[in-house]
Parts: sequence; C-alpha cells; structure tokens
Amino acid sequence: MDTKRTTFNNRLLPYLLLAPQLAITLVFFIWPAAQAVKSSFEREDPFGFSTVFVGFTHYQRLLADPNYLDSLWRTAVFAVSVTVLAMVLGLAFAAAVDRLARSAKFYTTLLVWPYAVAPVVAGVLWWFLFNTSTGLLPYFLERFGIRWDHDLNGTHAMILIIIAAAWKQISYNFLFFLAGLQSVPQSLIEAAAIDGSGPVKRFFTISLPLLSPTTFFLFIINVNYTMFDTFPIVDATTGGGPAQATTTLVYKVYQDGYVGLNLGSSSAQSVLLMLIVMLLTFVQFRFVERRVQY
Amino acid sequence: MGGPYWGPAPIKVEDITMLKKLSMAAFAVALSATSSLAATEVTWWHAMGGELGKKLEEIAQKFNDSQADYKVVPVYKGSYPETLTAAIAAFRANQQPAIVQVFEVGTGTMMAAKGAVYPVYKLMADEGETFDPKTFLTPVTGYYSDTQGNILSLPFNSSTPIMYYNKDVFKKAGLDPEVAPKTWKEVEEFSKKIVSSGAAKCGFTSAWITWVQTENLSALHDKPFGTLQNGFGGVKSEFTFNGPLQVKHWANLKKWQDEGLFKYGGPVGGDQAATMFYAQECAITMNSSAGRAGVINNAKTFTPGFAPLPYYDDEIKEPKNSIIGGATLWVLNGKDKATYKGVAKFFSYLSKSEVQADWHQFTGYLPITNAAYDLGQKQGYYQKNPGSDIAIKQITRGTPSENSKGVRFGNFTQVRTIVDEEFQALLANKKDAKQALDSAAQRGNALLREFEAANSN
Repeated sequence: MDTKRTTFNNRLLPYLLLAPQLAITLVFFIWPAAQAVKSSFEREDPFGFSTVFVGFTHYQRLLADPNYLDSLWRTAVFAVSVTVLAMVLGLAFAAAVDRLARSAKFYTTLLVWPYAVAPVVAGVLWWFLFNTSTGLLPYFLERFGIRWDHDLNGTHAMILIIIAAAWKQISYNFLFFLAGLQSVPQSLIEAAAIDGSGPVKRFFTISLPLLSPTTFFLFIINVNYTMFDTFPIVDATTGGGPAQATTTLVYKVYQDGYVGLNLGSSSAQSVLLMLIVMLLTFVQFRFVERRVQY
Repeated sequence: MGGPYWGPAPIKVEDITMLKKLSMAAFAVALSATSSLAATEVTWWHAMGGELGKKLEEIAQKFNDSQADYKVVPVYKGSYPETLTAAIAAFRANQQPAIVQVFEVGTGTMMAAKGAVYPVYKLMADEGETFDPKTFLTPVTGYYSDTQGNILSLPFNSSTPIMYYNKDVFKKAGLDPEVAPKTWKEVEEFSKKIVSSGAAKCGFTSAWITWVQTENLSALHDKPFGTLQNGFGGVKSEFTFNGPLQVKHWANLKKWQDEGLFKYGGPVGGDQAATMFYAQECAITMNSSAGRAGVINNAKTFTPGFAPLPYYDDEIKEPKNSIIGGATLWVLNGKDKATYKGVAKFFSYLSKSEVQADWHQFTGYLPITNAAYDLGQKQGYYQKNPGSDIAIKQITRGTPSENSKGVRFGNFTQVRTIVDEEFQALLANKKDAKQALDSAAQRGNALLREFEAANSN
C-alpha cells in the first residue's frame, strides 16, 4: 500500500487544521476524564463543601464489594451476548441480501431502519412488547408455558436488555458486512464455483476469511457499544433491576453518581470502566489482529 | 429617502396633540419596560410534570399578577432525583436557582448541606414576613424541622399513603362495597373471596413497597425504622427496620403473592400497581393520597372507594399516624437580598389558605396548614367528595411518637433502591423475609456510614 503525502508550505496550517478537533477532544474527553481520575481519590459531600483525599479507599471498597463484582460479571455476559447475537445476525442478513439481485436495496433500507431509532425509544419499544400485563410477547410465550416476568425474574430481564441492545446494533453490523461482502472479488467466487464448491462452502472458505478485517473492526465497536452506549436501553426497560440483575457497570456509575450523589465511588467506577475498555482494546489489537488478514 | 422634498409643512395644532399623545405613549411603554425590568426574577426549579406542573405554573402566574416587584419563574427539571442532582450541580457551578423543590428522601442530604441552604424560618424572620410554624399541620412541620423545632424548608406538596378499592368488584365478590378491610387479616380474607369468586384476578397490590409497606408500616405500628429517633437525632443512626413486625409483614406479602392474593407493582413508585388497579385486575391498591386525582380520572367503569391503610390488630390496638411523602421548597444560598425578599413574599403567598386549599383539592396532596383544612370544611369540599379527607385524618390521628414522626437518613434514595432490590429477591425465592430485610439493613448501614464520613469532615 502506498500512502499519499501532502506537504504544507505553511508550518502553522496543519496545527490550525487540527486545532478544532484537538480542542473538542481536550474539553469534552481529556479534561472530564482527568477530573474523574482526580475525584476517584477523594471523598466529597454532594455540594462540594469539603473534599478529603482518601487514596485508594474507593477502589478497595469496590473490589471488595460483591455487588460490584456481580455487576462486572453481568456486564461481561451482556457484552458477549449482545456482540455475538448482533454480529451473527448482522452477517446472516448481509449474506442473504448480498445474494439478492433486484430487491437488495429494499431489504437494505428496511434492515438499516432500526439504527435510526434512538436507543431510549428502542428500549421503550421492547419494554412495551415484553410488558408483563399488556405486552404482546408474554401473551404468546404463555402458550408455550413460559410465564414471562422481567419485573422479578433476573434472567428474563437480562434477555430483554440483550434483545433490545442487539436489535439496534444488527443494522450497523449488517451495513458493514454487506459492504465487506460486496468488495469480495467476484473472480475468486466464480473460480471456486467453477471448481464445484457450493454457496455455503464458498461463504465459509472465501467470503468469511476475507471479511476478517471488518469482523475485527465490528467486534471492537460492538464491545464498546455494549459497555457505554446501552445505558438508555437499560434505563428505559429494567432500570437495572430486578435486584440489580441488569445493573451493568455503566448503569451502576449512573446510579451511584447521579442518583446517589456518591461522586467519589462513581468516579472510581468510571476510571475502572475506562481501564477495562482500554485493556480490551489493547488485547484485541495485540492478539486478535495478528490473525486478521488485511 | 428617495422621495421628492416637499418642504416643511406648517405645524398644525392637531399635530402637536398627536405628538403629545405619541410621546406619552412612548413614555408609558418605557415605564412599563423599566417596571418589568425592575421586577426581580425568582427562579423555582420543580419536579411536577403533567397536570400537577400546569397547576404549579398557574400558582406562580397568579402570584406574579398579584404584584409587580417580583417575578417567579418556575422551571421543570424532570423527576425528583433529577431535580435534586441538577440543583446540586448548579450550586457547584454557582448557577443555582433561588428555590428548589426537593422530595422527602432528599431531606437528609439537604439538611446536612448547611452552607448551601438558607433555612426558611431564618429567611422569613430576616425579611419580616409572618411565619408561624403552629399554623401548619403538626406531622408536616415535624418532618421538616430541625431538632430545635425550626422549619428548614417550606412544606409544599405533602402526601401520605391510603388504600383505594374497587366497590364494583367488592359487590361481585359478595362483599359490602361500603366496608373496606381495616386490618391485614381482613385484607387477606377479602382478597381470598375476591380471587375465589372470580371477581378479580388478584386481591391487592401496592405502590411504593419502601414507603408504604416498610416505612409507613413501621410508623403505624409504632416500631422504629432506625436508631436515634429514626435518624432525626443525627447522622450516627443505624437501620433497625429488620425487626419482627417488618419480617412478619414481608413474609406475609410473599405468602400472599404465592397464593395469588397479592401482585407486585414494581420497584420505586410501583407504576404497575396503578395500571393493575385501573384495569380491575386487582381489587385493592395502596398508594399516595396524591394518586386520588388519577384514580378518579381512570376509574371510568367502576366506583372507587377510599380507606385508611390496614394494620395488624394483634400488634397494635390503635394504629399511629402515617408518615408523609412528597416534597418541600428549599431556599439556596448565594442570591442577593432582593431575590430573598421576593422568595419570602412568595412563600407567604403560598401559605395562604386559599392557595393551599386550591392546590390540595386539585391534587389530592394534604392541606398543609390548619387554615386550609378549615377552609375546605367551610366550603363543604369533604362532604361533596367523600374519602378526600381520609389522608388528613390518618396523618393527624393520635399523638405522634418517635417512631411515627417520620424518617430522616442520608443517602436515602439509594437505601430505598436497596430495599426494593431485597424485596424483589424475596419474591423471586432467592431469600426469605428475614434474610432480605437483614441484608437491606446491613447494606443500608454501609451507606449511612459513608454519608456520616462525607458529612463530618
């Protein structure tokens, strides 16, 4: 691959061009993150009259708190389920649409639609569908002998947020997979077809390996999505309940900091969450990327 | 101007009068502009949405129309926790409103923030407004006073839980529609009849498991919710709501749920409880007296009845008063003298019996002053609206004890979340009543110690 190089005559210009983006990053990302790190070492009353440096107290308490460790485990279950579900379905839909000749555009539009829905609206939508007294799905599930009750049953509540969160992300994955599939060289597929391999075999031996950069990219995006962006879905459907069964890490940050006004502990949780995501991204780039063919 | 120049026209008398009129008009406009500029703005952050919000804005508007010096500007800031958090964040950024509406569970937080709060009794004294705590209902002032008996925030919307029942379902089940269950034993018996006769799918449900079935349950039976007079005595208090009575009641609720007599309405406010009651799925519900307007609006196909909360007659012969919920208005520090003058005037206006009675009768919140209650009686409101005085009778009955005066704890929003979680664990068969309440008290105590530490350094 050859890279294009642009040379600037003016030494100041490149910095000026970068300045707006840098300013936004500094003001809206670096600065708040630094503040969070600072207050994670402090104990403060909500109004900010007295601030005391407490060292690693908040971190020690969190790591010894069974509720926090449970929340960590639940977040892992949630993230893996949503990522797998959204990616497998996204890929399946992309492969299906890719084989269509005439109606591909129509289906693409329909499949991308959910992505335009705001997360909180998606949450409310699924909350309606699964509502225990007025919802459509519990009514059908009862015919199969399943008494749906996400208000009390933690597993049901977890399934609900996984479905709601994955539903929104399928569209995104679908678009990227479809673009990836369409850039797979037609000559390779035709050659394989002439050699006598069927569509399923062609998909698994040619398309899928060639899609690996897309898959890798989507994997990181999806994990980050479930870690950070699913707050509105949890808030609109289960509110973290029942008995914390759907309190993910990011929801706990909100509950302790915003509702409970415990800023120190909430900041410590944000910092831990940030470290987890950094670690995951590092692991993904370091080890998963090696097996990815570009 | 591109037009031709016609030369100065001779000035006529009419023109002069016209000019005079014009300048007068301009002067008047300027005057009114300065007077509206001079009107000191008093911002009021509140958490009343929907019908309640409209009524609140109407009250502010009427105050603004009644005088020209101050203009109260109500701003809706979302739910109660959102409003409190917004006010705290604004205070830290020095952008706080003059008045903020804080719900009763935030009282502990506000009281501990001495530097942020301008106590109402002090404000009224400083501004020379008459303010006599005796004119307010005792349980209301008791809840919002410090240990010396000074009122720190102005009671605005206070409510207490009562029982609502469906008279038509009672009839169908062969029960007397005019007789509501008095004790928990009767609630059980009536519910059995209702369910077995097929009159409704469930006997009873309840909003606010925390507030109604735990805090008020303790008060009604004169049992402590926490040490140090339920937290009124200071931040060193500890929770004791895992006593035998509470364990017995929670175990009963679980048993009644298993028998199909009781249905859970969800955490926090238990929104499903109202839905199930309106849909005639459950014959009885227990909810805030402020839910009265909603019940009347939604009970289109049945006649609702109103009654006091039930109690265990083998635990207490004469149940104590119930305790309040709702919110009060807190004044925040850091504003100028003129603003506080306006706040004091507005608070005097709010405490007027006509204003109070109007708000109480429209919303179902309690009349906060004795005068407002008297006015309602004079107007014949309680006779015309049977059941509308259940709440006030229930909250003023007997002499309040240390256990029925109210509860005051730091971090109480989170404590309520914990109580909800443990109740869900009980209903989901993960814990028995004793384990659930023990664990709630233990987790709650950890939060109290955290609050104590944050507010003592």
